[in-house]
Amino acid sequence: MNEKLTKSIKKSTRQMIDLLPIFIGIVFLIGLINKLIPTTAYTLIFTKNPFFDSIIGASLGSLLVGSPVISYILGGEFAGQGINLVAVTAFMIAWVTVGVIQFPAESTTLGKKFAFERNILSFAFSIISAIIIVSVVGVI
Amino acid sequence: MNKKVNTWNFLVAVIIIYAITGILRPEAIMPSIEFSFNLIIKIVPVFAIIFALMVGFEYFVSEEKIKKYLGASSGKKRWIIAIGAGILSSGPIYAWYPMLGALKKKGVGFGLIAAFIYSRAIKIPLLPIMAYFFGIKYTIVLTVVLIIMSIVQGMIFEKIKF
Repeated sequence: MNEKLTKSIKKSTRQMIDLLPIFIGIVFLIGLINKLIPTTAYTLIFTKNPFFDSIIGASLGSLLVGSPVISYILGGEFAGQGINLVAVTAFMIAWVTVGVIQFPAESTTLGKKFAFERNILSFAFSIISAIIIVSVVGVI
Repeated sequence: MNKKVNTWNFLVAVIIIYAITGILRPEAIMPSIEFSFNLIIKIVPVFAIIFALMVGFEYFVSEEKIKKYLGASSGKKRWIIAIGAGILSSGPIYAWYPMLGALKKKGVGFGLIAAFIYSRAIKIPLLPIMAYFFGIKYTIVLTVVLIIMSIVQGMIFEKIKF
């Protein structure tokens, strides 16, 4: 094996191993949240006020972790129970773009300042994007 | 050294949370651990792919190539590469952080990294499921808006000095 390849493997292995405790922590935290809070409980925190619900939707999406499919299913349930579509959309976008639980891994690899600002901006963008999407869908 | 201590601190905090939960809700511990192990089994193949990408990237991609294809002078092409990669990337975002960290070290800007992360909200294989719940019109508008917002967010981060 040539020296450059050995060096590349060693460097990549080290980067992966350095983050291993955080990955394990994140996975076990996801496991605990999934088992402690039933999905039906999430509907109860919405107020049916579109403004507050958008913030609640984005906040809930920021805190929860999992496959985006779960966010579509939950979003579908929320919409079925009369939750405003802007709130539901903000929830689904924040689910993928904002990561509170993943924050330690993001700040370790990309820096605290970037991780903090990216998550704050993505939170705001989830609501702004949701307003644009629902407005455009309503018009066309 | 500090960085290593910090990475262990998070795991220790999670263990403490488990210990507290074990006292308050002991019945939740075993299902949580089981769920977490199943999640690890699902994530391992993604990690293997990302590890192979990292080695390949380290081996084949030089800083000159990064400047050529992802530098500020490469124009619109760099946004297409970052957003295309974000849309096509699979698995959880935390599995991608080591790769993004390696890209940063090679000189990729925060703007492109932010655009990559934001565009991950678009999942092509999952779009039919979204269309089933919310309709085709909604799904198309959401996809277009998210692509535009990925670029907007990327451009904002290109202006921020770190």
